[in-house]
Amino acid sequence: MIGSGVLNGMAVTLRNFLGSYFERDRLTTVQYPEERETLAENYRNFPFLVYDTEDAAAGLRCVACKICEKECPPQCILIVKSEDKKPDYLGKPQFYPRVFDIDISVCMSCQICVEVCPFEAIKMDKIFELSRRERFDALLMGKDELAKSNLYYHNIHPLEAAAVDAKLAEAAEAKKKKT
Amino acid sequence: MSVGFHELEEAPPPMTARLEGELMEISMGPQHPSTHGVFRMNVALEGEIVRKLKPVFGYLHRNHEKIGESTSYLGSMPYTDRLDYFCSMTNNWAYALSVEKLAGIEVPERAEYLRVILAELTRLQNHASLLGFLLSDMGAWGTPLMYAFREREIILDLFESLSGSRMMCDYMRFGGCRCDLPPGWMERARKVVDAFPRFLDEFEKLIVSNEILIARTQSVGTLSAELAINAGITGPMLRACGVNYDLRKVDGYGFYPRFKFRVPLGEHGDCYDRLMMRVLEMRESIEILQQAMEQLPEGPIMNPKVKIRAFKPPIGEAYGRIEGPKGELGFYLISDGGPNPYRYRVRPPSFINLTILEDLCLGHTVADVMVILGSVDIVMGEVDR
Repeated sequence: MIGSGVLNGMAVTLRNFLGSYFERDRLTTVQYPEERETLAENYRNFPFLVYDTEDAAAGLRCVACKICEKECPPQCILIVKSEDKKPDYLGKPQFYPRVFDIDISVCMSCQICVEVCPFEAIKMDKIFELSRRERFDALLMGKDELAKSNLYYHNIHPLEAAAVDAKLAEAAEAKKKKT
Repeated sequence: MSVGFHELEEAPPPMTARLEGELMEISMGPQHPSTHGVFRMNVALEGEIVRKLKPVFGYLHRNHEKIGESTSYLGSMPYTDRLDYFCSMTNNWAYALSVEKLAGIEVPERAEYLRVILAELTRLQNHASLLGFLLSDMGAWGTPLMYAFREREIILDLFESLSGSRMMCDYMRFGGCRCDLPPGWMERARKVVDAFPRFLDEFEKLIVSNEILIARTQSVGTLSAELAINAGITGPMLRACGVNYDLRKVDGYGFYPRFKFRVPLGEHGDCYDRLMMRVLEMRESIEILQQAMEQLPEGPIMNPKVKIRAFKPPIGEAYGRIEGPKGELGFYLISDGGPNPYRYRVRPPSFINLTILEDLCLGHTVADVMVILGSVDIVMGEVDR
């Protein structure tokens, strides 16, 4: 019968419409600003710098080796190395980044800086509401804004952070044994 | 006092002039809702019938290949996500495969299985959303597209919890995959795959026997097998003409020879066949997924010999190709031993499938052009690169 195909389709639509009152999985929209889904453990958006201890300026793990700056595909990282050395969180004198800028408008959250970093100093954040009132300077994140504590890292990526801490502890142990 | 129009220029022709026998040229796009991005077609019409059609590309050109030649091998990986942003997992795989060929890297078994699973999930979500878009182009606004997107979103949630991003996954690496499955992922994925046939049944009921859809698609945009082969068409579009050519069978890359699946073939090569081809392929993808999830072994997911930093493959060239959801996706790389490729070339399926658009559209009405373009399955990010 001509028209039966159309009617069959309408029946499907009707079933979906009525089903949305009874079945949870037919009602899928999340009303975003009021309602928020929990982000997945692996979710990534925009990098940040990890620091240990209390002081953000002293505890940065970054030693300004510039590998991430070199490997970053869209070249959004700018690092200026310090001239002097400062003791890092383990007390060993190290260089530190005098300037560490990441441009939000250029960064594509690809995670390559995280993968290439040999010091576990840069990690991916989960923030995504990054809009700014100004178009230029406000989009350039400096060292102070990027630095976030290890505790924060544990909060957003619990499994990954635990693995990283274990790895660092192992490395420190091995170093102690050597000396 | 202002001067009248007729005093300045010659009077316009009287309104009674007719366009009989003349062609009218109109420009469809670049900002047309059904061109799937920024794509323009210069169409010469006689009445409503298309007599000439000239596709104009390049609005989304962003120098992908040149960038690939100036960044490191690893640095191109996130850029491949942005080629065909619907199927970033298969793009990653094709690129990883060519670099692995170039450098002779072995991939652990578990990683290969994961790649198959992710590629087939990508195929599911790409085909589902394509069907939605195609129906939306035909005037079925909203409903089918939203149903398709509902299913797609579930799969994208899986990608997000695995790789960290819904669409820009950047998940595969040379010699394996970036990270292992998070806890509970496999159970979720199994649930999604098991529930997918229900969506397909529903969707088929919604569209397949619909008289309007049949009238709009059957014997519209017929493509002959001969022309398809000569023009280098690949993917579901080629198989809709009845040519049995599927790289998963022909090349047998990955672990595809280990799985039992059929290659659906069309008969007429018209829009309806192309549409149904996608539905049938999704059913076969579910078969593959179920087998792959069953067989997934434990083990490492990354070849430990591969360096992440300062990766330099030996001098040589390689062409790696896979059967992407849209067709044969290949990457051609020439290495001069340095940290970045000397030549980096993408063989994009949607661009090459688009080259015969004029042959498909001639003699059909303007409204059919949208349907034909939708059934070709293009993503402008890949066409323009």
